[in-house]
Amino acid sequence: MATLEYDEDGRLLFTEEMRREYTILAPQMAPYHFDYLIQALNSEGYNAELLKSEDYSLIHEGMKYVHNDMCIPAMLVIGQFIDALKRGDYDPDKVALILVQTGGGCRASNYIKILRKALEKARLSQVPVISLNPRGFEKNPGFKITPRLLHKLHDAMLFGDTMMNLTLQTRPYEKEAGATKRAKEEIDARLADYFEHRRIFTWRRAKRMVHFIIERFRAIDTHPRNKPKVGIVGEIYVKYSPLGNNSLEETLEKEGVEVVTPPLYDFFLYTSTNRIIDISRYGGSRLEKWLWWFIIWYVEIRRGKIRKAMREAGFEAPIPFKQLKKLVDGVLDKGAHAGEGWLLTAEMIDLIEHGAPNIVSTQPFGCLPNHIVAKGMFKKLKSLYPESNVVAIDYDTSASKINQINRINLMVSNAFRNHARGGEQT
Amino acid sequence: MAYRVGIDIGSTTIKVVVLDEDDNIIYRTYDRHMSSISKALKDMFEDLKSNFGNQEMQFNFTGSAGLSLAKSIDAQFTQEVISATRALREYAGGVDVCIELGGEDAKIIFFDGANVEQRMNGTCAGGTGAFIDQMAALLDTDAAGVNELAKNYEKLHDIASRCGVFAKSDIQPLLNQGARKEDIAASIYQAIVNQTIGGLSQGKKIQGRVAFLGGPLTFSSELRRRFIEYLNLEDVFTPEDGEIFVGIGAALEAADSPVTIQSLIDRIQAYREQHSDDKQNRLEPLFQTEEEYEAFKERHAHATVERLDPDDYSGEAFLGIDAGSTTTKMLVISEDDRILYEYYAHNRGNPVDVARRALERMYEELHPGIIIKKAYSTGYGEELIKNAFKLDGSEVETICHYTAAKHFDPDVNFVVDIGGQDMKCFQVDDGLISSIILNEACSSGCGSFIETFSESMGYDIGDFSELALEAGEPVDLGSRCTVFMNSSVKQAQSEAANTEDISAGLAVSVVKNALYKVIRAHDVTEEYGENILVQGGTFRNDAVLRAFERETGVEVTRPNIAGLMGAFGAAMLAKEAAAPNNHSTLLDHHALKTFEYDTKRAVCRKCENRCPLTVNIFGDGSKYISGNRCEKGGNLNVSYEELPNLYLYKYEKLLSYQPDEDKEYRATVGLPLALNMYENIPFWQPFFDHLGVRVVYSERSSKRLYEKGQDTVPSDTVCYPAKLVHGHIESLFEKEPDFIFYPNMPFNFREKTHGDNYFNCPIVAYYPEVVDANMSHLDMEAFNQPYLSLNNRKKFVDAIHKALSPHLDVGKHALRKAYDAGIDAYRAFREDIQKEGERALEYAREHDLNAIVLAGRPYHIDPEVNHGIPKMIRSLNVVVLSEDSISHLAQQDPVDVLNQWTYHTRLYDAARAVSAYENVNLVQLVSFGCGLDAITSDEVQQILERNGKVYTQVKIDEISNLGAVTIRLRSLLSTMEGRDYRGDA
Repeated sequence: MATLEYDEDGRLLFTEEMRREYTILAPQMAPYHFDYLIQALNSEGYNAELLKSEDYSLIHEGMKYVHNDMCIPAMLVIGQFIDALKRGDYDPDKVALILVQTGGGCRASNYIKILRKALEKARLSQVPVISLNPRGFEKNPGFKITPRLLHKLHDAMLFGDTMMNLTLQTRPYEKEAGATKRAKEEIDARLADYFEHRRIFTWRRAKRMVHFIIERFRAIDTHPRNKPKVGIVGEIYVKYSPLGNNSLEETLEKEGVEVVTPPLYDFFLYTSTNRIIDISRYGGSRLEKWLWWFIIWYVEIRRGKIRKAMREAGFEAPIPFKQLKKLVDGVLDKGAHAGEGWLLTAEMIDLIEHGAPNIVSTQPFGCLPNHIVAKGMFKKLKSLYPESNVVAIDYDTSASKINQINRINLMVSNAFRNHARGGEQT
Repeated sequence: MAYRVGIDIGSTTIKVVVLDEDDNIIYRTYDRHMSSISKALKDMFEDLKSNFGNQEMQFNFTGSAGLSLAKSIDAQFTQEVISATRALREYAGGVDVCIELGGEDAKIIFFDGANVEQRMNGTCAGGTGAFIDQMAALLDTDAAGVNELAKNYEKLHDIASRCGVFAKSDIQPLLNQGARKEDIAASIYQAIVNQTIGGLSQGKKIQGRVAFLGGPLTFSSELRRRFIEYLNLEDVFTPEDGEIFVGIGAALEAADSPVTIQSLIDRIQAYREQHSDDKQNRLEPLFQTEEEYEAFKERHAHATVERLDPDDYSGEAFLGIDAGSTTTKMLVISEDDRILYEYYAHNRGNPVDVARRALERMYEELHPGIIIKKAYSTGYGEELIKNAFKLDGSEVETICHYTAAKHFDPDVNFVVDIGGQDMKCFQVDDGLISSIILNEACSSGCGSFIETFSESMGYDIGDFSELALEAGEPVDLGSRCTVFMNSSVKQAQSEAANTEDISAGLAVSVVKNALYKVIRAHDVTEEYGENILVQGGTFRNDAVLRAFERETGVEVTRPNIAGLMGAFGAAMLAKEAAAPNNHSTLLDHHALKTFEYDTKRAVCRKCENRCPLTVNIFGDGSKYISGNRCEKGGNLNVSYEELPNLYLYKYEKLLSYQPDEDKEYRATVGLPLALNMYENIPFWQPFFDHLGVRVVYSERSSKRLYEKGQDTVPSDTVCYPAKLVHGHIESLFEKEPDFIFYPNMPFNFREKTHGDNYFNCPIVAYYPEVVDANMSHLDMEAFNQPYLSLNNRKKFVDAIHKALSPHLDVGKHALRKAYDAGIDAYRAFREDIQKEGERALEYAREHDLNAIVLAGRPYHIDPEVNHGIPKMIRSLNVVVLSEDSISHLAQQDPVDVLNQWTYHTRLYDAARAVSAYENVNLVQLVSFGCGLDAITSDEVQQILERNGKVYTQVKIDEISNLGAVTIRLRSLLSTMEGRDYRGDA
């Protein structure tokens, strides 16, 4: 075990020594993205690993160490950490944990602190916890976000979103089963190599990679795209994590629809936008406001290039963030930004307007922002878009799966009906 | 064309319909599948074959439990709401709305031309059919009996409608107070109506021609009547074949690809064989080997109290009566603590009658040589029983339980009691009860759930629990509450789990609920010690006992009188209190024979709470009143009105911000008395007044007001204070102000420097958006909902100038002045509250009284939200403080959680402030559905415990029953009272 050092508030720090000797464990929160984020970290001299266990025992550990009224993401993520440490997969004296923290007015901002409490209860208080956040909370001497690391994380997000988009558009139509999966494996091998390079800032290498990815997907032999589309929106963890949403993507594809999951990067641009909004409305640093504006501008330039390449290759690309933002005008104020806030509503409108009026709105049981921005908006959306077909699904460690499946089935049945009717008209 | 067959597999029943070419029903069955779906299905197809021969038919499955099965046998499946929609189109001749209630799910379908909107209930509101069955058991009848009772109702009681568990918490005390069963039956139906409308209408009006479908609505005329009366329906369609209606729809939807009956039977057979190894979410068996079980039985055979034949004893004896919420327990013990007489029975809604029968039998069984020297009562009904039968005394149940527990294990550290309805645990430190843990509403009813479930499966509870011991792979049924468990059981049944595995799974679920939701201990021995005693009726179930030992890893003591410990303790205390020359005042055999009593219902009119009272009048003319929240409605002529009570003080203070009657105003603005308005009225009223705008408020909250707005609530799991907003907005529109002002406020005041941020919770912050999006039947032009923060004057003035411009012509200068006036008034208000808090502390010190800080949110001062708890505490002769009246007295320290909500910062500070006072304790008020309180409650508890204080939490919602809260607070007070109770005193 490394020497334990604490900051003035008594928080256990992740030190230089730990950086050299420890394995950093991260929860699998979004399978398309997190593999790349880990590769990005490891290329910068960390030794990070994703926890992929979906073992039933982790739910039990979560219930044991987390207040049972906490939402399911906290129960699962913390359960996954403790389960892994308790089962002896890792030496508790040689690991650190990392969690993404956003810092909004929702209880998710508290996961880190709750994780620390849980570790203490489980007699694992020697395990340091690293917060990965864009706001500069909780600094650690052994974990520094250098510009190069930041840029690599940015690339990982870009590639993650691109892979997700392309996979979802291709897999339901592949002529040869498994072709999409093989393409991903080939691309992943290349990407592992991509992150190892030190010169990362220029667009040139990224461009080559993007084109390789798109071409590789284009090479897959597919049937025409004619299935009804079903969008997934919701709380960020249950939206992307198969562990959190009982493998929703797989369930839906088995039902015979095409899944549309909005990009993860939008969520980060959304949180950045919120800082700008708050500073404009309620006061704050102009410099900070300008910095967020710059970040969004920079990210959008790169994303714009990828979107263009995708469209040129015959794929559908997500809409620019600027457009997405405009969609909620007149529906919900952009000041509503706890949790997924107005982004969730904007994504629903985007899906409805772009051929996926069928939507699963995923939420942890008892999720506060969702009362407002998801369930609270259904009526308004239905009156604006009568064709919308939205189902809200609650996820909870105690919720029965049959209830969820039955509701999803109702939505999908209607999707097929409406799809068939739409087909006749055109 | 071949015959079409619709097979509707619901959560409890299988329905089969065969249609001929002309859509005539030529065959139909309706059976309970008793949990073995594939078997029931196979039998049913065999029947079908014997009727129709092995001909080709078009089969279509529907229903929640048929989904996975139909997929596995590669048969057609149509979702049940789609089937219902189809059948309605065919047979109902134009319907506007359809309400379908099933055993597990509730659905509403809105037909609007080609546009059909279908909704299903959220997870919380599941299990309507199962709920009716459970309530029927409480009323000692069956589902049909409930319907009969409801026909003769006279009045409806208010019953919580969020879910079955909450409703039960309201019904239980009504029964115990002797409310008419007829009224309760009708009220149960009304709760279902409220739940359906509150959860599913979501802003769409249920009107026009309405169809009723599903078992409960088909079989229960009175449930239909409640819907019809409540919704003012005139045109109702109830199909003759309501229970098989969805099956008809499925038959109509059957695709043209006929197969023989036999081929389906073969597929089902194959499915049954293959499916037995497809098991998800299974747990370890309770016992691996026979020897383990034997050792377990042997170990638990020791904790016994001896029973003695009364004929072999004469001399002094002592009586203990435990009048619990569902059962009455009675014990008579000898001088050497042996049992002479015992009695255990369900109250069945009549605790006094049950106790009388028990006493009569006691006198019959005990010969005159046995003299009852002293008699004590305990439990929910301790006062009632004491008064009715003239017992010598009563004692709060924790003390009785501890007294009894010590008899079995003098070193006991921790007692866990799981009864039918409640769970109670307490810790003993150095002979003192140091902390008491009681379940909140979500965890209630776990024990009796096992019992009612076993009855519904046709098992005696004893046999059912024995099955669990043989379970090979118990099913994990979750632990949130019995509504969720019920739903998981249904899923397990549809996956062909056997009864053994379900019984064991239920035992584990109850234990997990107790350990992780109620006790909240990850390691019981570390936190509470090695010597654990378990008791309560539910622990008579060996499976529960085993699950508890396995989950905690400790060997515990379970007395052979696990279900009678309260009565045993009461009897022991009676023995201790007995003095040589003293005789019991207990009614003797003769007096008991002529014992008469009558109950009358009354409503207390001494304040606006309007508590429903039950007045018990006994033969000798004495009275006992129950149902009252405070001393005013009660039996004693005392008044505690002079005791400082910050909740009442704040509420009155806020409502004193009224316009000046002599002043001329240029406009009126409506403010809803909801959520953060309870904090911000002292700003807004002076602000608007300064601008020459008269402020009108919505009417005070009440259950009626809630019902006024319940059909526009979009999310049924949101907290009750938020749901009330809808009623307040309706009420404001009735008052016709020029505009209604309800701003979104993501940020609160920055009160202290040590907080990480100063957010409002998402509900408080953005609820105006929900109003705007869901109450469009009102003129939303008049609804003004800007985004504001009060922290930055310039930004505030800019924003409000823009926001008010459609309604008010006012310049920025005036707004700045008004802002300053508002801020000054708000500061004065805060200072006033803090002064009153200090005065209350001083008063408590001077008069040597206990004080309780009710720590919640500003809107918890609304009497409809707190259900009169502040007055109830006052009636215990205790000073009541609010979190914001003492939070300024605390040291500013960082906490272990992200401290980013202003109201929460007050909670943490209040918890710290409390530590400085010997006579002050804190009780946290938590609204159901408040996700943030999962974080704060842990932290508040930690702060209190670090300072040697007891943490008590009271969860509130729509439930108005204060029975559990009273017990919780009395227990807290009994530990506070110098913490001097020693069992051996």
